[in-house]
Amino acid sequence: MSNSTLGSHEPADRLRMEDVRERLANKSGPRFWQSLDELAETPEFMKFLHGEFPDVAAAPSNLDRREFLALVAASLALTGLTACSSTVPEKIVPYVRQPEEAVPGRPLFFASAFSSAGYGAGVLVESHLGRPTKIEGNPEHPASRGSADAFTQASILTLYDPDRSQVITNGGRIATWDAFITSMSTELDGARTRRGEGVRFLTETVTSPTLGDQMRRILAQFPSAKWHRYDPLSRTSGDHAVYHFDKADVIVSLDSDFLLQHPDHLRNARDFTSRRRPATDGGMNRLYVIESTPSITGAMADQRVAARSRDVVQTARQLSVSMGGGSASGPGQDTNQQWLNAVIKDLNAHRGRSVIVPGEYQTQELHAIARDLNMSLGNVGQTVEYTSPVEEDAVDHMQSLAALVDDMRNGRVDMLFVIGGNPVYTAPSDLEFGQSLSRVRLRTHLGLYDDETSELCQWHIPETHFLESWGDIRSFDGTATIQQPLIEPLYGSKSAYEILSAVLGDSTKSPYEIVRDYWQQSNPQGDQFEAWWRKSVHDGVVAESKPRPAAAQSPSRGLPPAAQTEQMPTGLEVVIRPDPCVLDGRFANNAWLQELPKPVTKLTWDNAALISPATAQRLGLATEDVIEIRSEGRSVQAPVWIAPGQANESITLFLGYGRTRAGRIGSNRGYDANRIRTSASPWLLPNVEIRKTGSRYPLASTQHQSSMEDRATVRFATIDQFKENPRFAPEARPEPERSDSLYPEFVSSTDYAWGMAIDLSTCIGCNACTVACQAENNIPVVGKDQVANGRAMHWLRIDRYFHGDIDQPEIFFQPVLCMHCEKAPCEPVCPVGATTHSAEGLNEMTYNRCVGTRYCSNNCPYKVRRFNFLDYAYRDTSPVLSLLRNPNVTVRSRGVMEKCTYCVQRINQARITAKDEDRQIRDGEILTACQATCPADAIVFGNTADPESRVSRLKAESRNYGLLAELNTRPRTTYLAKITNPNPELKQ
Amino acid sequence: MNELPIEPRQTPIIGPGYTYASVTDKISSIVLTKKTPKGWLIGFGISFILTMMLLFAVTYLLVKGVGIWGINIPVGWGFAIINFVWWIGIGHAGTLISAILLLLRQEWRTSINRFAEAMTLFAVSCAGLYPLLHLGRPWFAYWLIPYPNTMDMWPQFRSPLVWDVFAVTTYATVSLLFWYVGLIPDLATLRDRSSTRFGRILYGILAMGWRGSAIHWHRYEVAYLLLAGLATPLVVSVHTVVSFDFAISILPGWHTTIFPPYFVAGAIYSGFAMVMVLTIPIRAAYGLQDFITMRHLQNMAKVMLATGLIVAYGYLMEIFMAWYSASSYEQFVVSNRWTGPYRVAYWALILMNVIIPQTLWFRRVRNSVLGLFLVAMSVNIGMWLERFVIVVTSLHRDFLPSSWGMYYPTVWDWATFAGTIGLFLALLFLFIRFLPMISIFEMRTLVPGTEAK
Amino acid sequence: MKTSIYGLLAEFDTPDALLNAVRQARAAGYRRMDAYTPFPVEHLAEELGFHHSRLPLLVLIGGIVGCAGGYFMQYYAAVIDYPWNVGGRPLNSWPAFIPIAFECTILAAALVAVLGMLALNGLPMPHHPLFNQPRFALASRNRFFLCIEAADGHFDREATERFLSGLKATNLSEVSNE
Repeated sequence: MSNSTLGSHEPADRLRMEDVRERLANKSGPRFWQSLDELAETPEFMKFLHGEFPDVAAAPSNLDRREFLALVAASLALTGLTACSSTVPEKIVPYVRQPEEAVPGRPLFFASAFSSAGYGAGVLVESHLGRPTKIEGNPEHPASRGSADAFTQASILTLYDPDRSQVITNGGRIATWDAFITSMSTELDGARTRRGEGVRFLTETVTSPTLGDQMRRILAQFPSAKWHRYDPLSRTSGDHAVYHFDKADVIVSLDSDFLLQHPDHLRNARDFTSRRRPATDGGMNRLYVIESTPSITGAMADQRVAARSRDVVQTARQLSVSMGGGSASGPGQDTNQQWLNAVIKDLNAHRGRSVIVPGEYQTQELHAIARDLNMSLGNVGQTVEYTSPVEEDAVDHMQSLAALVDDMRNGRVDMLFVIGGNPVYTAPSDLEFGQSLSRVRLRTHLGLYDDETSELCQWHIPETHFLESWGDIRSFDGTATIQQPLIEPLYGSKSAYEILSAVLGDSTKSPYEIVRDYWQQSNPQGDQFEAWWRKSVHDGVVAESKPRPAAAQSPSRGLPPAAQTEQMPTGLEVVIRPDPCVLDGRFANNAWLQELPKPVTKLTWDNAALISPATAQRLGLATEDVIEIRSEGRSVQAPVWIAPGQANESITLFLGYGRTRAGRIGSNRGYDANRIRTSASPWLLPNVEIRKTGSRYPLASTQHQSSMEDRATVRFATIDQFKENPRFAPEARPEPERSDSLYPEFVSSTDYAWGMAIDLSTCIGCNACTVACQAENNIPVVGKDQVANGRAMHWLRIDRYFHGDIDQPEIFFQPVLCMHCEKAPCEPVCPVGATTHSAEGLNEMTYNRCVGTRYCSNNCPYKVRRFNFLDYAYRDTSPVLSLLRNPNVTVRSRGVMEKCTYCVQRINQARITAKDEDRQIRDGEILTACQATCPADAIVFGNTADPESRVSRLKAESRNYGLLAELNTRPRTTYLAKITNPNPELKQ
Repeated sequence: MNELPIEPRQTPIIGPGYTYASVTDKISSIVLTKKTPKGWLIGFGISFILTMMLLFAVTYLLVKGVGIWGINIPVGWGFAIINFVWWIGIGHAGTLISAILLLLRQEWRTSINRFAEAMTLFAVSCAGLYPLLHLGRPWFAYWLIPYPNTMDMWPQFRSPLVWDVFAVTTYATVSLLFWYVGLIPDLATLRDRSSTRFGRILYGILAMGWRGSAIHWHRYEVAYLLLAGLATPLVVSVHTVVSFDFAISILPGWHTTIFPPYFVAGAIYSGFAMVMVLTIPIRAAYGLQDFITMRHLQNMAKVMLATGLIVAYGYLMEIFMAWYSASSYEQFVVSNRWTGPYRVAYWALILMNVIIPQTLWFRRVRNSVLGLFLVAMSVNIGMWLERFVIVVTSLHRDFLPSSWGMYYPTVWDWATFAGTIGLFLALLFLFIRFLPMISIFEMRTLVPGTEAK
Repeated sequence: MKTSIYGLLAEFDTPDALLNAVRQARAAGYRRMDAYTPFPVEHLAEELGFHHSRLPLLVLIGGIVGCAGGYFMQYYAAVIDYPWNVGGRPLNSWPAFIPIAFECTILAAALVAVLGMLALNGLPMPHHPLFNQPRFALASRNRFFLCIEAADGHFDREATERFLSGLKATNLSEVSNE
């Protein structure tokens, strides 16, 4: 668009364009954005704008779509111009482990941090000649330790999302930063005289020291102003508990999904899985989980119980009572009771080496119980630390929001700044945030998207993506990171720092100056500061920024005795959870996450109401039936998904869908669970009626068969069984004798024989690898209808199997990618030799030779090959998306087969480096995208020709087996059988 | 098959009272007559419309890609391959009747071989379309043909798909030669009898100046016999190679040694069924009952019965091997065919391919033209279902349960299928209008008193 | 005058009459003659002194060449020109090369058979003096012809005509070269 706009000019105009260019070129990067309107004022620019878009000149009161698009295009045209001014005056520091200077084709890596629900996870961002293309974890950072989750991986797509809001608007009309500043300063002057009466700020979780400092300064300037907080993902407030699962022998999760839905889940996963290998020193840990809806944490449990959310609380009470000396109320017969007894025994046997983890979205009471138990068990300081909150001026978000709404409703709010977030959509419906908002006179919204909230605000300011702006953030354990930008803002966007700085009266400060100034003042280092700053930015970690753990108070013993005898309401409950892929909807417009199968249900593109098989049977419901769920006069309609492992009489609804202004990807998908949420109990509706509407709603899942059909795809044993027969896995279905083959062995002499080992004992099924692969390999998104038709393109999929009792099934995950078989069945059947074997054992796909017979896929027993049935790669023609592409990976055209390449581009990169340095490729020098991002360290890639390599040592383990090896495909990717550590006293 | 003795009490293979002249005139008049029968126009019109639909479907396919079909992962092959195998199978009757029955001295073949050969050619050309269309990038189909090129690449000769290319093209070529060589003397007849100058020139060119010289006839018969001898192993090899497309793979339900023989039998089976389905109405429409007599229909029925039993044996062996191999995958395929989501297709196939044809044991059925027509029809559908079952049920649930899926044909799948049927019929109509559908010179040899002493 | 005549054409109703005529003609010493029939008549060629055809040998050679060529093509591509590891199979995976070698055998042999037959018969030959004789059109319908050519040593316009009419030919006509 931008090019055509520029291209379609008469010479006269083009001359003027040159002027514009020149002016831009002279401006320094960050200034340019502030000077956009300066430009606008200039005659050249106005002329240009008139010539191109008459509508703008005659700014109409209400834009229609065409005009709006035209204007968006105009802004795009201008962004196009930034390309001409590539100078970044601010020093950003390349990660020195990588080549210092930018060599074309050689990426640079920069440290920064991704914010998951307000808490930072350190990342290294891969940049190709100034264009960020891929995010990896930062090994130096305590929260990520080199790994990254699916959201971090996908956030790069959000950066380039063409649906991001791109211009400042006032009442829906294009406005400028200065216009905003001008009107705000007058408003604020007025407010200042009233000591800030009626001025309110609403932010999400803020852990940024700079932002906190700015807020505090603002509140000093405006004493009567208030700072409200609402983050839909904010956990039940109270203790800020940092866990150390690597030190825990016994872990009891009370409805907690600490491996995925916890701000510190990456570190949790790393610590937890470090004790899941049978050979691990200190022995395997044992995980007890009681939860209402199957989570990946529940899937990892050695002893899992599905119980209604409110029964979890009841169980916790019993637990606390019996741990407090009172014996557990008799050996009850139901699993729940047995489970409880076992837990009690185990906990007592592992005092100081156990930990109780309360659910993120469970009640205050449960958190109190958990804390008491941890204290009485002497776990505090060992397996769990209770520190002061990392959040700046922590408050209870729900209360804070309710207070704001109350004030708004009663006209006590005059000006509201919504800094990030989308409360109009995410606030529980009983608050009626939208209506109350309309009673505020002046409403300003800063957000990545022009969403439901900006629709109701006069001023909307596009927010910078974290890769576009300077900033700082603390991880869950308090470690601070200084975020550095990888690219100039693509659109006329602003960061929260700039807004607040403007409120403070300085609208010209760049985020860089703001953040740097804060740190300079907060820890004066004198002339050492520059060095300190460089190091901090470079490492992505601010040294000694972790706060001291708070002194653990003595157990606040004593629960209301009534609580134990309190009558639990019977009947259906509804549990509400953030969607495992799009969370509260903040990723609703991220196509990668929309198409990413939900870890346990394998659903894509929709949210559903999870119901246990037994309950579905009782209510006569089938998958895809649409039911209406009523609670306290509110109702929502949702399609049913029958989920084994779901607690009976408990329905789980997920947030993040039913958006109306999310963008082309996220709008009008699924249902909006906020409609029946209440601020009083946002995560649990204890009593609901449901009604079958009779209509059906098609859902797109990537896996239809949940049972293994006794095919030993995932091989598993308890630790005891494993000790009895360490070779049970390979012996389950042995590989045929090599001598049985008619043909002689194909000998190819080389130093390298690439292979991979995947440890099923540690894989937590978190999906990070799938998205990492998608980002690394330019894998297209195909959309719901294509997924439903079995055409999803993920090179790496995670198979999920249920085993055993359908009500209390064991859940298994198995990442499946190309096995790079030595006797690959796909190769001999290709009529044109498009898929062949490299000397180093890679099963290679020659895209531009492929004619698309699909015979290779038919003959692949693992069905890991993916076919471009239609022109998937170039469907969305938004030019900005092409910036996202990894330049080292071919983009596949229509009619071509594709599949996992073991990240051959990374192998070749390492080979080149090794050749330059005249040495062999070192073990661990090549990390495939999936391996690099895996928080569980479950995937290991390397040279199997070297017996000392890590992968060789893993393959040498007795539980190593090849999937479908009995077919004599000789897979190079092998699996380490899953070993569990269940309590022998409990029968599975 | 040479167990078909020509007993005197059986209806003869040519009606009484025919002379060289009358035979010649009757058959050639169908072609040389000025006025085209109304029935022909209607039939051709319908099939032409279907052909246009094929053209449309193919155009859309080339614009959008094979994604417009129902295929997916795991079911990478759908209607395209099913129809390919189905058509190729039908294309087997012609050469078989002409070649094998010639070698077996089955004189009764004479009145149907020309027609069957033509049918073969058209069926093979329909079949040939599919492998091209089903490619993701059909414009590169020529990469399957070996020729020196700047890419310095060759086809990958281990792939059964390349074997297909050779088998099918060879088969098409040889069938064409066989058919054309058989036509030469009749073309000469048409040349000499055509009343229009255009006809004389056209048929004259095609006849290549055939004069019926005794020495020419001698070489002609030698060549024809040699061709028959070559076509016989060829016809067997073609469907064997087609069956390799499946048998060479490792998929349960495909990876079976019984495939070659039972594919060949199935091909002959469906081929004869198609000849039956086509000859019965045509002989009625053109009053050829004296040339294509009940005797022919009965013999074809017997061949169908025999090959049908071989096919049934094939089904039985698949089941037996699944049990005997003790491979859980193989056993699952069988149970999945019986009880899985596509069980209807399977049982319909058993009904139409195995049970209904058993009625051919009864002379009453063999003597009823309608009965034969219906049975043949059922076999044609049954054989299509067989290919559907083989292709789809094996693919949609293979080794890893996680990758199991379903296949639902789209409107474009059906349009393409119906389109090729239209193309097939259109070509057939043109053939019976412009070329003698029965070999005139060979019919002459059947006129009593021909045997020279 | 004499040159403008190609030969004399005798017409018969039945193959037997023709056969017997041919026998007598050969007995009378005629050699340059040929018989024309609407369908192959057994022994006719032999009676005309034509014995065995070289065609089968040619076809055999064609088949052998096709087979060897077919296999070599695959061997060259897979082993010599583009040696590549395909599914861990040896470069010369001979069992996989059999089908194509076989198809090539058939194809080559069949082509030789047809083209050879046409070539030996001197076809295509769109123009031939016999076509100048209108009655000859019946040769492709129901009449049997014997043509004694003027090029024959014994040929004599009158004598031959007398000889032929003595064979109970239903019709006797002259074939001119123009």
